[in-house]
Amino acid sequence: MSRSTTAAETMQDDIVGMEQFNTLPRRLVVLYLPLAVFVFVLLFPFYWMAITAVKPNYQLTNYAAYSPFWVVQPTLEHIRYLLFETSYPGWLWNTMIVSVFSTVISLAASVFAAYAIERVRFTGARVTGLMIFLAYLVPPSILFIPLAFLVFQIGIFDSRLALILTYPTFLIPFCTWLLMGYFRSIPFELEESALVDGATRWQILTKIVLPLAVPGLISAGIFAFTLSWNEFIYALTFIASSENKTVPVGVLTELVRGDVYEWGALMAGALIGSLPVVILYSFFVDYYVSSMTGAVKE
Amino acid sequence: MSNPAATEHKPSFLERLSQSRNGLGFLFMLPAAVFLLCFLTYPLGLGVWLGFTDTSIGRTGMFIGLENYIWLWNDSVFWLSVFNTLLYTFVASVLKFVLGLWLALILNEHMPFKNLFRAIILLPWVVPTVLSALAFWWIFDSQFSIISWVLMEWGIISRPINFLGDPNNARASVIAANVWRGIPFVAISLLAGLQTIPQSLHEAAALDGATSWQRFRRVTLPLLTPIIAVVMTFSVLFTFTDFQLIYVLTRGGPVNATHLMATLSFQRAIPGGQLGEGAAIAVAMIPFLLAAILFSFFGLQRRKWQQGGTD
Repeated sequence: MSRSTTAAETMQDDIVGMEQFNTLPRRLVVLYLPLAVFVFVLLFPFYWMAITAVKPNYQLTNYAAYSPFWVVQPTLEHIRYLLFETSYPGWLWNTMIVSVFSTVISLAASVFAAYAIERVRFTGARVTGLMIFLAYLVPPSILFIPLAFLVFQIGIFDSRLALILTYPTFLIPFCTWLLMGYFRSIPFELEESALVDGATRWQILTKIVLPLAVPGLISAGIFAFTLSWNEFIYALTFIASSENKTVPVGVLTELVRGDVYEWGALMAGALIGSLPVVILYSFFVDYYVSSMTGAVKE
Repeated sequence: MSNPAATEHKPSFLERLSQSRNGLGFLFMLPAAVFLLCFLTYPLGLGVWLGFTDTSIGRTGMFIGLENYIWLWNDSVFWLSVFNTLLYTFVASVLKFVLGLWLALILNEHMPFKNLFRAIILLPWVVPTVLSALAFWWIFDSQFSIISWVLMEWGIISRPINFLGDPNNARASVIAANVWRGIPFVAISLLAGLQTIPQSLHEAAALDGATSWQRFRRVTLPLLTPIIAVVMTFSVLFTFTDFQLIYVLTRGGPVNATHLMATLSFQRAIPGGQLGEGAAIAVAMIPFLLAAILFSFFGLQRRKWQQGGTD
């Protein structure tokens, strides 16, 4: 406990007595400089996206007269074009519907499955848990061809239902795996005392386990929502008509035409399409981090 | 057992089912199982079957044995896509691992606004890949690339770089975009692993005179191995099966230099209409994926041995 540092700083220091090595110039070079480069590189594409979205067309490629890093007279023209002259609002709506429904379906199925695997512990529960994990590892890029075939056979090709029914294939394994971890952390004794008091399994699940697993439900829910919002290959394959497309597919297939790219409108589309998940993320950062690491840790 | 209500009336089938452990387990597993069997297990089998047929869009195919695979065996584009996929996966995974670990180590230090930085770092992962790939498309534009412009202003190059038009440049560009998107996942997961390492081990090593490199090499890295194994398996799996980035940036061009197995499979199956051939390419990815999963399995085994556990 060095005399020169305040109590608060001593508390923060991880290796007591090593602080003489952490001089400011050293920290500047090994810590803050690389961090600044990382943050710059990771954020620059978003800045570029945003600045392009509000740049008038005459400034867009005229790097000689206007600095490309700044915008002189920002315009909302690209966003207006996007919202009123393309099917963009419809794509946003489709993406929202598909994401909400597939998330709700997956979450409901996963709660029961995770509870059964962790707490009912039927014969073969461990094997089922392992199968769920393996299902999580099956990538959409090897499933989309047979799924397209299947979707066509049952007559839901080119409809939102096709996406709502197929997204749970990657959401259910993920949510179940995550919720299994949460249910495992709830003490057995709570359920046992409820059983002794005469509660049914259904009552235990809805009155005891679920209220305690709310953080897990939020994590799984927002993560599932993000995954379905970002999904691309199924939406690209199963949807043909413009009015049923989701945002990622619509922006890529409908706004890119010919050789002259309307970069302003494209970037505005990318920006607005990212906003819902970014806003959701900004409210629930810790839940995201816990679900991301929770899925990996087990 | 001695529930009076249950003995008074004859219990229905559902009630009797929910009384037994296995019956209840079955009931609770039912919704998830139905979904996964119908839309995951069945299509997986269907995909393998389609690989043995000449099915095309709008026409049910018939069994043709290994013909698709023999055709692919002699197809130089297919082999190029296998090479590209391996190159892409290897280079991108190594870069993601090194840069991600570096970033995790930086974020593990004490600094002001740490939580803010952690939140910002994850953004590339949260934003839909297709939409951030569009931003990269614009950044990699052949005429108006901002990177070319800055380098020209600094006098390093004299002409704009043809990022996506030249085979090797295109490979480097898609790998860069993939690494950009993958770093946050690796960094945040490894950061969670780093935070589980007890500080007392570092203190003990420091007292014994270990330098910071020795502490990293002998304390941090061995304790981090299990989580590195899992994180990198996920990273390799998702990189190997990547589709979105390539589809937005190059669609496999120029001259198939960036075609991955997933994009080739899509191109042959959906625009090309040859579902059977596309399915065969997808099935050809499975051995590689199994190898990655087994690799992770043995990586996990090591943890139990290291921690002296028996489970």
